Amino acid sequence: MGELSSEWAAAENAVALLIPVALPLLAGGVVLLLRHHPRARESASVLVGVALGAVVLSLWPMVDEEVRLDLWTWLPGISLSLALEPLGLLFASVAAVLWPLTTVFSVGYMRSTRQENLTRFYFLFALAIAAAMWVALSANLVTLFIGYEVLTFATWPLVSHQGDPAGRRGGRTYLVLLLVTSMGLLLPAIVWTGLLAGTTEFQAGGLLADRAGPGVLAVLFALYLFGIGKAALMPFHGWLPAAMVAPTPVSALLHAVAVVKAGVFVVLKVSLYVFGLETLAVGDATTVMRWVAAATLLVAGVLALRSDNLKRRLAYSTVSQLAYVVLGATLANDVAFAGGALHMVTHAVGKITLFFCAGAIFVACRKSRVSELDGLGRAMPWTFAAFTVAALSIVGLPPGGGMWSKWLLLLGATEADQAALVAVLLAGSLLSLGYLMPIVARAFFRPLPAGPVHGEAPLSVVVPPVVTAAACLGLFVGAEFVIAPVINVVDAP
Amino acid sequence: MSGSLYVYWLIFALMMIGLYIVISHGNLVKKLIGLNIFQVSVFLLYISFGKVRDGSAPIVKEGIDTYSHPLPHVLILTAIVVGVATTALGLALVVRIFEAYGSLEEDLLHERDAASGVDGPS
Amino acid sequence: MTAELPALQVVIPLLCAPLCLLFRSRTAAWLMFLLAALASLGCAVLMAGQVAGGDMLRYEMGGWEPPVGIEYVIAGFNVPLLLLVSTIAVVVAVYGRRSLESEISSSRIPLLYACLCLNLTGLLGIVSTGDVFNAFVFLEIASLSSYALIAMGKGRRALLAAFQYLVIGTVGAVFILIGVGLTYAVTGSLNMADLAARLPDAYGNRALTAGAVFVFVGFAVKMAVFPLHGWLPDAYAEAPSAVSTFLAATGTKVAIYAFMRFAFTVFGAALVFERLPLDRIGLSLASLAMLVGAAAACFQTDLKYLLAWSSVAHVGYIVAGYSLATVDGVQASYLHLINHAVIKGSLFAAAGILMLRLGSVRLEALSGLGRTMPWTFGAIAVAGLGLVGVPLTAGFVSKWALATALIDEGQGLVLAAMLVSSLLAVVYTGRIIEIGWFREPSGSTAAAGTTPVSMGVATWALVLASLYFGVDPRLPASLADAAASALLGPGGG
Repeated sequence: MGELSSEWAAAENAVALLIPVALPLLAGGVVLLLRHHPRARESASVLVGVALGAVVLSLWPMVDEEVRLDLWTWLPGISLSLALEPLGLLFASVAAVLWPLTTVFSVGYMRSTRQENLTRFYFLFALAIAAAMWVALSANLVTLFIGYEVLTFATWPLVSHQGDPAGRRGGRTYLVLLLVTSMGLLLPAIVWTGLLAGTTEFQAGGLLADRAGPGVLAVLFALYLFGIGKAALMPFHGWLPAAMVAPTPVSALLHAVAVVKAGVFVVLKVSLYVFGLETLAVGDATTVMRWVAAATLLVAGVLALRSDNLKRRLAYSTVSQLAYVVLGATLANDVAFAGGALHMVTHAVGKITLFFCAGAIFVACRKSRVSELDGLGRAMPWTFAAFTVAALSIVGLPPGGGMWSKWLLLLGATEADQAALVAVLLAGSLLSLGYLMPIVARAFFRPLPAGPVHGEAPLSVVVPPVVTAAACLGLFVGAEFVIAPVINVVDAP
Repeated sequence: MSGSLYVYWLIFALMMIGLYIVISHGNLVKKLIGLNIFQVSVFLLYISFGKVRDGSAPIVKEGIDTYSHPLPHVLILTAIVVGVATTALGLALVVRIFEAYGSLEEDLLHERDAASGVDGPS
Repeated sequence: MTAELPALQVVIPLLCAPLCLLFRSRTAAWLMFLLAALASLGCAVLMAGQVAGGDMLRYEMGGWEPPVGIEYVIAGFNVPLLLLVSTIAVVVAVYGRRSLESEISSSRIPLLYACLCLNLTGLLGIVSTGDVFNAFVFLEIASLSSYALIAMGKGRRALLAAFQYLVIGTVGAVFILIGVGLTYAVTGSLNMADLAARLPDAYGNRALTAGAVFVFVGFAVKMAVFPLHGWLPDAYAEAPSAVSTFLAATGTKVAIYAFMRFAFTVFGAALVFERLPLDRIGLSLASLAMLVGAAAACFQTDLKYLLAWSSVAHVGYIVAGYSLATVDGVQASYLHLINHAVIKGSLFAAAGILMLRLGSVRLEALSGLGRTMPWTFGAIAVAGLGLVGVPLTAGFVSKWALATALIDEGQGLVLAAMLVSSLLAVVYTGRIIEIGWFREPSGSTAAAGTTPVSMGVATWALVLASLYFGVDPRLPASLADAAASALLGPGGG
């Protein structure tokens, strides 16, 4: 596969960069055309998803070749361009591989829960993935901002999908918070960067290196991190729990595949290519944000502990885990950054498993609260096995892949002489232990309540979490392989 | 030199009277009257610019050397026409408003609008 | 023939006005207006080609040489407006035929077209002329015809709206007359180029300062800058739909152009922005306009009132741009002038379609519009996103330009006002989209008949133009560039 793919996707054929964006759009079009044929529509969606996964993975051999595609000059001095680089390709791979799995899951879930307006649902899914691909492959801040905003608008109707007042309210919170941060904080930051540096292109070593004083850098860094609302840093995290009104496949998409990962991806990208790890390490730019991330980590963990609604608990867990990635970026050294990037992957795979399981539980027995899950481990062994593996990964214990990302983050914090942050990271792990392990314990070690016994949810709802749980195990073994290209970029200034 | 500037004081007074009528009176016809007075003051302003000391009316006549500047007069003729058109349009609107509302007092008009619901009768 | 273009452009619509009445037939009147619009578009395009290289066309009316005679000047600074006004006229001509037939009694239609021709004449005249008194005359022609046009709206409120507009508009116009008179008294000239040459010597003269202030306050009334905006919501909302479309897209824009022309090429930036604090006043009033307009729009229950208040906010954006008195600022103003005209025109056109099919434009009547009238709803949604300034719409391009210009001059507060206003735009646009998408169609929204093709095509032409300018802004950007350099450059005036 290596030889063949690097032939058809040679550096001259930079047009290949458009395919990951065009494929999901094509899928969206096909979904609209097939709106009256549900089975064909859904099969098409899955097929294109698999194709997308294959295409994106086949781009890995070229990742070090600096492939770049300039689309057109949009405004004077600002061009829309796509470029291939390891961090972006990592995010794109995660999104592309998990999309077809989510689609398979949604087919089963939506049918079992008799949802309506499915054409709109699959179309917007495809659009959101296209936007995520666009964000992953952007070569400069303006191109990225476009994809970022399109992602917000594509996922907003998905949050309000049910159409009831609660859904609309959740959708409103989602849209308002994300737009307030992106238009109020991120956009000015981008414009300011463009004025300081003369361009918004991502550059190895940092675009703003040596172009602005420490005070300006600190303010700009804060604007960026708060402005990237999709990374759910407190106090702008409210949209995540609010978006739980959406059907579970949407939560899986939002919380593992597209939206939040886009958020932390942009944080990592900005830290590496706009500021540069050296610039961040030297000044005080990161001090405040480091503590904001630490606070988010802990507070969200506590809130997760106190939530009885399963999806709500997982939502706050996501907020907390995202803060790990941001923390990795703010520690501004190679090890921590690699840990953050790896965490982007391990958390995606782990969290999507947890959401799939939550969906499977709902489909099988309509239960959505943690207190109701007693003994279900025996009725739904596969589902809860997957849940356990994923929970171990999120907590950071073997054999979950998440252990390596937490390990790298701890190493990074030690290397930066931040003993307090080491303590924070350890406390965070304890918290995640506290909000995830009891679920496993309840499911396996408590007796089933009296009543009708039901089995597993349908196959299409159970297979995806099992697959992603296997991926968690795979990441345990292959984490080094996954993170190597990123380390190459980080180490070479 | 305020002696020779008395014209401007008069013009200013007329201007303010006109504006005051427009603002303070609720009756639509009175507003139009105020508007007219306001416009007339501006006409006077222009014509007073054109007056040349010892100049006569700007009509060519045997034996007269100094004429007042004709251009302001021309400009004001245009402006008077504009004023007439505005007044005519305003009065036409007043007639229609009276037919539709039965009153020309601004307060009553607003009341009737509010009373008939936020949408006027289509 | 081509030498006469500047005059033909104004004369042809002027001649078509009585012809509309002479034939006493609705079709003939419509044809006359369409012809007038097409002819002026043709003239505008031809002249745009002639001045593309930075040339200036000068035409002496009646062969009388300036500065004694009246001359028309066509250069980079008014070409964008000529093109804009005539294009909108053509679009409204296509759109208006069916719309007006349904809203106006048939005996009045020829009168309405005559007034539209006169309005077109007036607007084109203000834009083309190079003589200050001539500008006043054309301003009054345009204003008087617009009072009559507004009065023809459905319902008796249109009459009151027209009367209110008449009173305040006449006061504004007379202020301009006073200002012109004082300037004439100081210099003895009415020709713009001549004044620009003579005025710098007279800068300390208080009569001149007073004259300048009168002129600018007068134009501020016509532009509907806060706090002189009171006439706009009622006037735009109560007018017939085609008239609202035309006025919203052209009326205030031409007044803004006239303000810029007088400020930069007659009185001179040195007087206006340095001796008089019009830059600070302009920026403050613009910020207030942005905030008040957008906030008021959020509370409206009627779509046309909402759009009218939104226009008040957007005028604020344009005023902020040129109040910076830099090339970038003026460029941003022109850009937003063009983009907003296209977007607002399309929204009012869509509102006209709703008036035709639903009989009402109250927001509650729009429930479930996404299902009953998807194309119209789509137009409103896309254009609404343009108002918010989402990337890939024309609104984003002009907001970006304005944000860059503001940050460059360090106007952080105005930038903040602009961003808050955009977020409020999210609120009111989001309301419309929510009502149309997520609510069930109620009984009263039974849409009668079908949307006439001409109206749908005209609306979507404008929407697609706004999308196109969002993606490929070369045309508006080059027009704005040429305009800014013509206004502020050495040869200005």
